[in-house]
Amino acid sequence: MATVEEKAGSGGKRVSAEVLRGFFREMLLIRRFEEKVEERFRAGELPGFLHVAIGEEAVATGVCAALERDDVIASTHRAHGHTIAKGTSIERVMAELYGKVEGCSGGYGGSMHLYDVEVGNLGANAVVAGGIPGIVGAALAFQMRGEKRVAVAFFGDGATNAGTFHESLNLAQLWTVPAVFVLENNGWAESTPNTQHSPLPIDDLGKRAHAYGMKLLEADGQDVEAVHLAALAAREHALSGKGPVLLHLRTYRLTGHFVGDPQVYRDKDELQKERETKDPIELLRARLELSDEDFEALDAEIVAEVEAAVEFAKAGTDPKPEDALKYVYA
Amino acid sequence: MPELTYREAVRDALARALRDDDSVFIMGEDIAEMGGSMAVTQGLLDEFGPGRVRNTPISEMAIVGSGIGAAIQGMRPIVEIMYEDFLTLSMEQLVNQAAKHRTMSGGQVKVPLTIRTQGGAGWSPGAQHAQQLEAWFVHVPGLKVVFASTPEDVRGLLWSSIYDDNPVVFFEHRTLYPLKGEVPDELEPIELGKARIHREGEDVTVVATGRLVHEALAAAEQAESEGISVEVVDPRTLLPLDEETIVASVRKTTRCVTAHEAVTRGGFGAELAAVIQQGAFDYLDAPIERVGSKFAPLPFAPVMEQWVVPHAEDVLEAIKKTVARG
Repeated sequence: MATVEEKAGSGGKRVSAEVLRGFFREMLLIRRFEEKVEERFRAGELPGFLHVAIGEEAVATGVCAALERDDVIASTHRAHGHTIAKGTSIERVMAELYGKVEGCSGGYGGSMHLYDVEVGNLGANAVVAGGIPGIVGAALAFQMRGEKRVAVAFFGDGATNAGTFHESLNLAQLWTVPAVFVLENNGWAESTPNTQHSPLPIDDLGKRAHAYGMKLLEADGQDVEAVHLAALAAREHALSGKGPVLLHLRTYRLTGHFVGDPQVYRDKDELQKERETKDPIELLRARLELSDEDFEALDAEIVAEVEAAVEFAKAGTDPKPEDALKYVYA
Repeated sequence: MPELTYREAVRDALARALRDDDSVFIMGEDIAEMGGSMAVTQGLLDEFGPGRVRNTPISEMAIVGSGIGAAIQGMRPIVEIMYEDFLTLSMEQLVNQAAKHRTMSGGQVKVPLTIRTQGGAGWSPGAQHAQQLEAWFVHVPGLKVVFASTPEDVRGLLWSSIYDDNPVVFFEHRTLYPLKGEVPDELEPIELGKARIHREGEDVTVVATGRLVHEALAAAEQAESEGISVEVVDPRTLLPLDEETIVASVRKTTRCVTAHEAVTRGGFGAELAAVIQQGAFDYLDAPIERVGSKFAPLPFAPVMEQWVVPHAEDVLEAIKKTVARG
């Protein structure tokens, strides 16, 4: 968990510059990783279906840095960032995308089913809202055993229209389990804008917490410091016994729903403007006042790491076809 | 040996597991103070308290889904879905989540979750409170499916289901709850995937599940008096299936009837017929007959309900049809 220092004289909390530099590195790593997998997917090297979270790196980084190793998360179809931020090496994530035994799900899962139980990643889910009730159950187990752990579900604004979301939040608050529900609100349910999927204005989606008497915390999802502080507060509240938190983070998906999505439904000028003004990495870079030289050195280092992950993955072991039956039953 | 009803036998397995193991808890709609809509969990709240006997909102997805999450964290939850018709509300969690986590994770997790539910006709509930949907779940890799027909079996099978490391959908039949039977003093676990031969015979094998086991036994009595010797086999576990016992029985008798209360079309009898023709083709002296409900949503009026669901006489008729082939 990253440390937080008191902002002198203000009474408010802030994240130290050193920690922010660590966040910057991680966000850039996630970005370069996803750019690389887009490239490899377009080159026809990666099977299946890919969803990248370019533009949403501050959410994954800021939230996961607020968690302890034995806190657990459930992710979504847009899972690379959460997985890397929760502590899985990019080699193992990349190997999974190549369908290799060395992958974090042994080649059984793919991009939409990244698991790494050892670091508390209970799996990404390809069914929108599908992972939320499991997090209620994980939190219930922690509560019943008196363990100081939280369970965290990531999901998007589209998921807040699913019955699973409502049933889960209702039950979680009823039983005051230590859960944090992270609403990554990028304003799009695949290609459908929030104006067509929710009667509430986009910035009001967090109010759904009020229907369950649940604590709502909100932050700018493009500001990793704000995300991190809100996530720390959410974790603390969830562990206090007062019940779970809906952590509403407004963010921006600066790419299509899936790799290859032509985004015919999206205003090009608006997207361009979002790319220029809402990129969380650029925002943090400006704030940290990184020199071009420093940035380029860091970037080169990260690009090399990602390239090495690709090489690791390509050199990985193909599963035996008949191992498809190996884990059907315990 | 003491005598317990099927209902008491279920309760006994639940109580023993709750007593023996802190990781076991039960949750479902109306299961606490009310003791469940079928009175199965009566008294458990008093003994184990509201932390381990948990009433839930009417939220089948969240009930099953939170059971999955707790199971992955090392608990052994037993969730009750009040009627199997309501399992349909939890299908996403059962089929996409419970059944698949283990494979999707490359073996990193297991889901030791038991989902108890009940159904069955014979009391005019109409179309949404008595369906028999067990065959749906047999189609899902990663689930186990149990359907017990006697007090002894229901207790031993439930115990094994609770302690199985996989999600088990455990079907009880509503009309069997008052059924009495002898059960051993000590709870004897019954291995999942082992059929039970209820009655040995020479001429025809009836493979029956749930209530139809008892209908088949009644039909067998009648057939016996007419000179036809009937073997009655209850698979007890539909997934995994004890193919060996079933195929061996049919190889011996050379004729087979499958019998369940679920509608015949796409029912478990179809799977049985496929297994049997594969394993005993050269032994069969007649086409396999399938007994099940007629293909209609269950109607309300008792005369219609009676007509739609199968009874002993339907099983007897099917037995005679196979024998008539010579």
